This record gives sequence, structure tokens and C-alpha cells, in this order.
Amino acid sequence: MEALFSIVVGVLTASGIYLLLRGRTFPVIIGLALLGYAVNLFLFSTGGLNTHAAAVIGESLTPTDPLPQALVLTAIVIGFAMTAFVVILAIRARGDLGSDHVDGQQGEEGDIPR
Amino acid sequence: MSLLWIPLLTIAGIFVPVIAARYGRKACITATLIAPLLALGLVLLHAPSVIAGDVVSLQIPWMPLLGLDLALRIDGLTLLFSLLILGIGSLILLYAGHYLSAKEDDGRFLAYMMLFMTAMLGIAMADNLILLWLFWELTSISSFLLIGFWGHRSDARRGARMALTVTGAGGLALLAGVLLIGQAVGSFAMADVLASGDLIRGSANYPLILALVLFGAFTKSAQFPFHFWLPHAMAAPTPVSAFLHSATMVKAGVLLMARLNPALGDTALWAVSLSLVGLATMLYAAWFALLERDLKGILAFSTVSHLGLITLLLGLGSPLAIVAAVFHILNHATFKAALFMMVGIIDHETGTRDIDRLGALWSMMPLTGTMTILAGSAMAGFPPFNGFLSKEMLFEQSLINDLLGALSLVIPLLVVVAAMLSVAYSLRLIWSLFFAEPKLTREQKAQPPMKVHDPARGMLAPGLFLAAMSLLVGLFPMTLASPLLNAASLAVQGETTPVFHLALWHGLNLPLAMSLVAVAGGIMVLRQQRYMARIASLFPERNAGLIFEAAVQRLIKWALWLTLRLENGSLQRYQALLILSALVMAAIGLAHLDSLTGERGLQPLDGMLFLGAGLMVFGAIGSALSHRWRLVSLLMLSVTGLSVSLTFVRFSAPDLALTQLSVEVASMILMILALFFLPQRPPLLVSGRRILRDLLLAVSLGLVVAVLNYAILTRETLTIADYFLRESVPGGGGTNVVNVILVDFRGFDTFGEITVLTLAGLATFKLLNRLRLFMPSGNIEGIRWSRHRYPLILSVVAQILLPLALLVSVYIFLRGHNQPGGGFIAGLITATALLLQYMARGYDWTRERLPLNYSIVAVSGLAVALATGLGSWLFGYPFLTSAFGHFHLPLIGEFELATAMLFDIGVYLAVVGAVLMILINLGRVTTVNRPTLEER
Repeated sequence: MEALFSIVVGVLTASGIYLLLRGRTFPVIIGLALLGYAVNLFLFSTGGLNTHAAAVIGESLTPTDPLPQALVLTAIVIGFAMTAFVVILAIRARGDLGSDHVDGQQGEEGDIPR
Repeated sequence: MSLLWIPLLTIAGIFVPVIAARYGRKACITATLIAPLLALGLVLLHAPSVIAGDVVSLQIPWMPLLGLDLALRIDGLTLLFSLLILGIGSLILLYAGHYLSAKEDDGRFLAYMMLFMTAMLGIAMADNLILLWLFWELTSISSFLLIGFWGHRSDARRGARMALTVTGAGGLALLAGVLLIGQAVGSFAMADVLASGDLIRGSANYPLILALVLFGAFTKSAQFPFHFWLPHAMAAPTPVSAFLHSATMVKAGVLLMARLNPALGDTALWAVSLSLVGLATMLYAAWFALLERDLKGILAFSTVSHLGLITLLLGLGSPLAIVAAVFHILNHATFKAALFMMVGIIDHETGTRDIDRLGALWSMMPLTGTMTILAGSAMAGFPPFNGFLSKEMLFEQSLINDLLGALSLVIPLLVVVAAMLSVAYSLRLIWSLFFAEPKLTREQKAQPPMKVHDPARGMLAPGLFLAAMSLLVGLFPMTLASPLLNAASLAVQGETTPVFHLALWHGLNLPLAMSLVAVAGGIMVLRQQRYMARIASLFPERNAGLIFEAAVQRLIKWALWLTLRLENGSLQRYQALLILSALVMAAIGLAHLDSLTGERGLQPLDGMLFLGAGLMVFGAIGSALSHRWRLVSLLMLSVTGLSVSLTFVRFSAPDLALTQLSVEVASMILMILALFFLPQRPPLLVSGRRILRDLLLAVSLGLVVAVLNYAILTRETLTIADYFLRESVPGGGGTNVVNVILVDFRGFDTFGEITVLTLAGLATFKLLNRLRLFMPSGNIEGIRWSRHRYPLILSVVAQILLPLALLVSVYIFLRGHNQPGGGFIAGLITATALLLQYMARGYDWTRERLPLNYSIVAVSGLAVALATGLGSWLFGYPFLTSAFGHFHLPLIGEFELATAMLFDIGVYLAVVGAVLMILINLGRVTTVNRPTLEER
């Protein structure tokens, strides 16, 4: 199971990084989100992968480590805030530069939707 | 305590001239002199006990963890240097008052001089190595200011920059050396370091320490091959040169070597490096002093040469050689300061420093001439001047050295050659300036002869006093110098006090013969000077300034090239480089791991796990592959996101699952909105090479992350979970440990996080402000968007759902402290429910019925959280301390109220406000109600 989990995290990372390296803003946003999942899963897994062990007192005799969960919970929300910020930035850049290229290159043919 | 007053006085002295400058030159100088003279008085108060062999010291802890104390000491070496710095310094301040022209900014000049004086005094007094280094750096900086005082002249700027570069590099090396010494000794206190000589010499780092420290000392003291900055520093005003290059700056390196002699000295490596470098410097610079035409250049090279002499004496290391070294530090400072003042006078009176254009000044400037003859004879080493005494001692000590085995005889021979050159350039100075006719060109002869005279008494007096001192010390060495030398060499040698007798006449012996040879040889060299010039003309002329400048330019060009290579303006490239370096570092870390799988056993797999993993992998790879079909890519992303949420459910993290689920909904709406404004099908303009590169990077980093994760998962980890699990109920009053951590144990972190969230919301508002966008009227295939913006079924369902969703969010909120839930999740649910109204009915309709300003909601959430935190101050507890109690209400029963709940309300409001702020603002761009600055 550990191996499977690691593979999933690895695949999420790889896909995220690949998208992050694209030249247009939208794939970069998607890549960031994917990378965010990977990072959150990774951090979460440092507390161990335990089933039926929610960190609620009285629910389980061997509760899992609550600290990574608390960290990841805020990470998810902050991740959303950052994604939102990047999205708005991309839209603003599009509006000001007429292109959705990450380097702000002026728009090529076919960039502007009809 | 009086020790601390000495540097404090000179520090105060920095500000005196700045204030006093407006009351005129004379008042300014007088006022500035008060501080150094008082400091000198304080030093002299300690003189009797120091001469008796005591070390006065003061320790005030400063940063004890770094080993840095405000520790000062006065021992013999400090005494000698304080007298030079404060005594000669005061004379030079007096002289500077006459030297500077009326329009010069004397307040600034004197302030720099005092700053430099403080720094130099600090080096002499520091009883802590790091403190010493701090003052060392301060001398580099303040000398930069002084050398570049005439900043409008390019040679001054260049000279200052060169001095700063060379001595600054030395300073960095010295810092490294000091740190290594501290590592070896375990303390930076001077007393500990000086007592641990054997420890340092025995450590494996000794050669490195020595190299670093000596690099610092050699650059500062202008030893070959780092001497080149000193002649260029002559662009400074002459009082600066007189101070920096006779008594202080360049002596700092010598001082350092003398100071650390007990700790680093007494090894073959030390002795050989110091003597050979000293000897080379002495010879090389003496030769150039003979060829130089600029008066200050002659003195600069002779200074370098004499510093070499002192270094050589320190390298010889015998007790009497140390005495001679200390003695020569004193002597050189005396006669060289006088000579620099003389050059200043001549420059001031005649307007030139070219030795060939000057001559026959004796009849016009007898007092200046007397001063030059006295100080120049001391420099040449003629009896009965002080320079003779220390030179004799050098001859004597060089004869008994055994540094180079059978070749040791080379040292006294070369010393005699250097002494010969020294006699030659000293005599040249006296002869050409005051007795020989000037060598003028035809045009110069056509001009009327110079009419010059001795300067004002105030300008002459300091130099004459110093010149007289060099004679008096020569005549009565045992009375005037011996006690001081005794104390100073005690400090340099550590334990033993050498017995010595200073006298002009030691009988007919070999050193006397060497002196005679040097004088005779010197006169012969001077008489054959045109041959010297011819020899020199055989070598290509090398201008150290140009070479240095070229090296600097090369460095700049190279840095520029590198910057352009790295920063070509492509964010994609930066990203790739960043990822590559992360990859390399992680890979290096993993390579040190012994085995991949750790000691913890593996857990079994089941079908659900495979299904989940398959979904996530499918979603991730799918969204990467389909990134040009943007909507598809987004849908694939949501598959992964929802599966992540299921993963959290599976592995006992209900809070995370709920959060992920609600954030997922909000993010999807956000990105679909974004898609509306971004091109839906970008052109394919990517080369295969680029795709291959990105794939390689992505796959390798993915592999590294997977391996890392696997390695962590299969190992036992140290955790602080027990603390939280134990303290959750008694300390935080809640059974949901994750929530208790968020709102209680780590409340401050959470507070920071909701602040970031709110800031992101506010930033989106600003970014969308007055944004003009094309409003797409149809999709990529040309199909127009439907005109039915608000479908009926959706509006009806949304309206029914709203109260239910709000009810659920209240429930989730209230149970959050004990069961999965809490402010974050409740906030997200509320936000989603409200968002649905906007989507179903449009901005205008909803706003009419729900006139909420979400930025105010978010900020008030922050305010509530902050007020809760501050509230604990009222009860005398630290920020964000929580309290809770159990209450009983009829019908509802036992329940619990905690201040953490109040904090959670803040979180809730901030989340609702921020999420809606972001989404509504973005949504509004699609309507006529675009956000503007006027409306908030």
C-alpha cells in the first residue's frame, strides 16, 4: 500500500510539474493545483497511513497523528487562496497584455477568442 | 570601567566636528582635539601598571551565544598603539587644520578621521577576536571614506575602491580564520586564544587558519604581492596618508600578526612565510621607491618597504627580533608621519609633488628642510636617530637566523641590499628637494622661479615635533622607549621578557660593518641613479592600477554574461532551473540513504485502494495530456481532486476530506470562470525538444518525490502527536484534536493563515479593478453562448438548498470542536451555498436581496479572531490563550463554551468573506457591474 501511495504522489507531482512548465497560464494553474494535491498528500502521509483511527478522542484507541492533518487543512485553504490569486493574475495579464503566455509575450494569431 | 570610556570618547569625537564645523576652522579643530586628548590621558593613566607587566581588561557580555563580548584590554602592545593612534592622530588633526583649503568640508573630514581613529583604537584594544574583526572591517570602511574624500577626482575614487576591495577581501579571509580559531579553541576571548597556542598549532586546520589570517594581515599591511593598493591610496589628502600610512591602517596588519604571535607563531610555517614575504616586500618596494618621481609615491613605497621590514622581524621571531619589530613600529610611525607632513607642506607651498621639478628649497624653507633632514636620516637609518637603532637590531638578528638552513646567509645579505636602497631613496629625498637644482624642461625653465617659504607655525610644529622625537629617541633610547618596548614585547611574546640594552654604540661588530656598507652602498647607488633608470627601462612598465581595473572590468563582464545566461526573461526557464536544482538537491539527499525500504512493515492492498489510485493517476495524467483542451483538462483535475478527498476519508482524516471537498467545489467554479476569459484552445507552438526536456524534468522529480515518500512511509518517525492527543481535552476542551490544534494550540498559525486568505481576497479586488476584457460571445467552435443565463431549475433548487446548506454549516461549525468540522469547513460550505445563488440568479438579483460587503465580512472575521487573542491579555495570559467551561441549559442539556469557539467564528467569517470576495469579484467581471475603484 505504501508503494502504491508513493507512486500516486509521484505521478501527481510529475503531471503537476509538466503542466507547470507549459507556456500558457491556464495549464500552469492546473499544474499548481495538481502539485498542491501532491504536496498535501505527501505532508499528510508523514503522519502515517492509518485506517479507522480518526484523531478524535474516544473514537479510536490508537488515533493517528493529528498534527500533519492540521497543517494540511490550512494548506488546502491557503492553496485555494493562492490558486485564486494566480487565476486573477492570469486574467489581468490577459487583459493588459492581450496574451496568456507566462512571459507576457504579445498575443499571437488565434490568441484572442472571437 | 574607565577602559570603556576610551573608545566611547573617540566615538563621541566623531560627532563633535560635525556640530562644531559651523563655528569656524579653528574652533572645530580645537573642539575635535578634546576627545582624543582625553582618551590619551585615560590610556596614560593605565600606563604605569601596564609597564609593570599587568594586563588591564574589561569584559561586558554582548552576544554570549555567539562568543562575542564587549571586551577591551590594555597591555603593552595596546599601550604602544594607543599612543601612536591618539598621539600622532592628534598632531595630524592639528596639521590638517592648516592643510585643508578654506572651502573644504572640514567637519566631514574630521568626522571621518575620528571614525577611523575609533576603529583603529578598537583593533588595538579588542580583547575578543570577533570584536577585533569588527573594528578591522570598520578601518577598511572608514579608510575608504578617507581615501576617497576628494570624491570628485577619479583617481581618488579608484584608489579608495581598490583599497576597499583588497583590504575588504582580506577582512573576509580574516573572519574565516577567526571563526576557525574559535572552533579550535572553543572561545573567542583573547586571553583564551593567546593561552591556547599549542591547541591551535596542533589542530589539523592550522595551515588553513594561518593562510587566512596572514592573507588578512598581508593585504592590510600592503605586503607583496598585495602591496599595490597602497601607492594608489595616495590620492587621499596628505593628512590622511600621514595618519593611515605611518601610524595606523597599514600597521593594523602588523599589529594583528604581533597580537596573534603567541597563538599562531613559533612554527616553521609562520617563520618562513613571514620572513620571506617581509623580505620580498622590503626589497621590491625599496627599489620602486628609488624610481618613483611623485613625493608621496616615494613615501608610499618606502612605507611598504618598512612594513616588510617589520614583518621580517616578526618572522625571525627571536626575542630580540620581536623587540626590534615593536621598536621599528614606533620609529617608523614617528619619522614617516613627519615626512608625510613635509610632503604636504611642499605640495601646499609649491603646488607640485614632482621631485624632478623641485630643488634648492633649503634657502627658502630652512625649517621644513631641517624637519626633512631629521626624519629622512631616521628613515635611512643614520646614527644617532631612532631608525639606526632598530636597523642595527635587524642586522644583528638576521645574522643569527637559521630559517633557511645552509642558505640562511641569504637573509642578512638581502637585508643589507634593502638597507642600501633605503639609504639611497632617503638621501635622494633630502638632496633633490633641498640642495640639488631642479631638473626642469625648457618650457618650465621659461616660467619664473618659484617663490616659496616655510608655512605657518601650526603646520610646521607637529612635523618638527615628530622629527625631533626621532632624534631624541635615538639619543636616549633607554629612557624614552625601553619601558614601553619592554611591555609591548612582553605582550607579543607571551611569557618571557627579553633582556635588552638599547644603545647607539655597541662596539666594533658585524652589524656596524653592515650599516657602513649600507650607507656607502646607498650613496653609490644614488650617484649612479641614471643607471638605475636605465635598468628599470628594460622592464615593461606595469601599472597596478590598470591591471586591477582591468580585472574588475573582466569580473563585471563575466557577471553580466552569467546574469544574461540565467536571466533571459523567460519564466519557463527560471522554473526549469528551479526544478532542476530542487531535483539535484533531493537526489543528493536520497543518495545518502542506505536502503529504500525502512524497518516498518508494509500494509496490505485492497481493491478500493487500487480503484482510488487508478482514478487519481488517470485524472492527473489525463489533465496533463489534455492541457490544450482546457475544459477536459479541468474535468480531469476535478477527478483527481475528489479522489484526494476520498483518500483522506480512507486514511482517518475526516476534517481534511470535508475541507478538500468544499475547496474543490469552490476551485472548480473559480477555474471555469477563469476559462471564460482565457483562450480555450491555444496554438501549438512548442518544439519537441522542449517537451522532452519538460517530460524528463517532471518524471525525474516525480520519481524522486515518490522514492522520498516511500522511504518516509516505511520508517518509524518521531512524533509530537502524543502531546496533542493527551492535552486536547484537558488543555483545549475539545475531542477533535485537529480542530483543537487549529484554533487553540497553533491558533497563532491559523490567525496568520486567515490573514493570508483575506489578503488574497483583497488583492483580487484590486487586480480586477477597471480591467477591460473582451467578452467572448461564443465558444471556440463559434457556437454562441445561450441567452438563458439563469436556468429555472437551478434557481429553484438553489433557493431550496440555501437554508438547508446554512443549517448544515451551522451544525458543522458547532460540532467542530468535538467532531469533524469547524470554522474552515463551515465557512466553505456557507460560501458555496451563497455562491450558488449568484450562479443561479446573477449578481444583480442576489445583491439586491443580500447586500453584504464581503471584504468587510472577511476583515471583521480577522478582527474577531484578533480580539479573541487579545482578550486573553485582559486576564493576564499570553496572546491566544483559550479558556472553556461547561454549562447547562434546560432542553438542550450539558454543553460547552470555549473562547476557542469565538476564534473559530473569526475563522468562519474570514473564510466566507474571502472566498466570496474572490469569486463574486471575478463573476462580476462578466456582468455590467464591473468592479471600479469608486465602489467597494
